[in-house]
Amino acid sequence: MVMGIGFGILLSAKGYNALWAFIMSVSIYSGTAQYLFINFISDKASLSTVALTSIITGARYLFYGVSMIDLYKKFKNKFKRLYMILALTDETYALMSVSTYLNGKEREEYCTYIAWLDHVYWIVGTVLGGILGAFIPFNTKGIDFSLTALFITICVDQWLDKANKFTNHLSALTGFASSLICLMIFGRKNFLIPSMAAIIIILFLLKDFINKNNIKESEI
Amino acid sequence: MSDKYFLLMILVCAASTFALRALPFIAFNKRTPEFIKYLGRTQPAAVMAMLVIYCLKDADILGGLHAMPEIISCLVVIVLHVWKRSALLSIIGGTACYMIIVQNFML
Repeated sequence: MVMGIGFGILLSAKGYNALWAFIMSVSIYSGTAQYLFINFISDKASLSTVALTSIITGARYLFYGVSMIDLYKKFKNKFKRLYMILALTDETYALMSVSTYLNGKEREEYCTYIAWLDHVYWIVGTVLGGILGAFIPFNTKGIDFSLTALFITICVDQWLDKANKFTNHLSALTGFASSLICLMIFGRKNFLIPSMAAIIIILFLLKDFINKNNIKESEI
Repeated sequence: MSDKYFLLMILVCAASTFALRALPFIAFNKRTPEFIKYLGRTQPAAVMAMLVIYCLKDADILGGLHAMPEIISCLVVIVLHVWKRSALLSIIGGTACYMIIVQNFML
């Protein structure tokens, strides 16, 4: 909810009101993608950058989907299944995957409620932020930094995570290095797509190395 | 930017996100490729690091202030977050710090 309000305020600082926040929250319904969108606005990003960045940063949804295949088979209604796929966000996924103590029909109902309640909270939060944003009496210059701060906190969480320490550290360093180098080579406007390509290539090359160390790590 | 282009951007973003969420149900109904699983474990940390750089790409290292507002505020976020581990506190603290600096010390 707080994240939603923050998004609405940022969007209105860019000159797009609560109606736009509503449209985005209904259709995109992804915190990371929507926050990134704020930057796309200032950069006047091309459609291919929007698409590729949404795909790379949202790649985790692939894995949420994979682990939900069996559960979703129980949703016989086609539209309900489609909606549940749209609603597969970080929070909803987390709540649904810990609901294994429920069985059959109960779990289905629980998951459906979780999905649309989460969606409603997100929509209400962002719209509220959009409305509040129009009335903010103080200078909002520099408020964009909240996006940077958000990503830094996630980085710190990943870095301090006790599980998969080796993999996370190596991966984070790969990300930092490839994007810094690509920024220097390709410049501010065009470095995002080459960076993503570089990350995937480097991770591919490191595959055996990382897998070997992962086994060692899990033995400890 | 025209509203039409803005709407188009939203559509592209929504379609890409939905495609990602739907793909496993269409493609990997039986088995997930090893490399996809591997990327799922390893890629998130790299992508977050990349997004931090993306957010900081406009910092002016060669300018008069040598990106000091960004550097100081990032340090505030990191220190707050390592110390308290509260995302909300770290984000608000860092953003407030940045806003105070750019509004008062930069013309």
